[in-house]
Amino acid sequence: MADFDQELDASGLNCPLPILRAKKALAALSEGQVLHIIATDPGSVKDFEAFAKQTGNELVESREEGGKFHFMMKKH
Amino acid sequence: MSEKKLAIIATKGSLDWAYPPFILASTAAALGYKVEIFCTFYGLQLLRKKMDLKVTSLGNPGMPMPMPMPVLLQALPGMQSMMSLMMKQKMKSKGVASLEELRGLCIEAEVKLVACQMTVDLFDFNTSDFIDGIEYGGAATFFEFAGESDITLFV
Repeated sequence: MADFDQELDASGLNCPLPILRAKKALAALSEGQVLHIIATDPGSVKDFEAFAKQTGNELVESREEGGKFHFMMKKH
Repeated sequence: MSEKKLAIIATKGSLDWAYPPFILASTAAALGYKVEIFCTFYGLQLLRKKMDLKVTSLGNPGMPMPMPMPVLLQALPGMQSMMSLMMKQKMKSKGVASLEELRGLCIEAEVKLVACQMTVDLFDFNTSDFIDGIEYGGAATFFEFAGESDITLFV
């Protein structure tokens, strides 16, 4: 697993909370830093792709592990 | 990236229908949109200090029920409050945000909330019934923002 600067556990939260929490967490990071997001909402897989595309942040990694979804979002 | 704009008209004042405007507005704001919600008629409930919104199955055959129930039974006193409570509990158990939380996130993200002055007067509401920081205006006010928006939605 790649390195990250901060972790956000959005487990149990449903749409649109994981995205909103991630947006807030990213705002506190500097450019180039990576946010590790953990979510259980299956809709978050497509949503984080869409979020990255529209905000210009880079979705470095997206994978499922142990019933949870893990995302690495690099702030741009 | 140039700033996109989303204009929403919120006309419904039930627990279920209050979600789409707040979910879309808060998400759009997180994506960098400038957002305005124009609340008119029953949508004014979204701006009240205490949002005590209810859900009803009456006239809504599409609402999934925990058990089959004749329509006449659904109309009994107390049923609406009970269903609203059950819906809120279900939402909580599924990790769905409360309306208060979503509204707070909208305000935090500087979503502009506008109350339709005509319907405020029509229903004899007072500005003290509503949260602070909102604006009051009419149809022309809506078009000032909507006219230059990329997306406009009527909910």
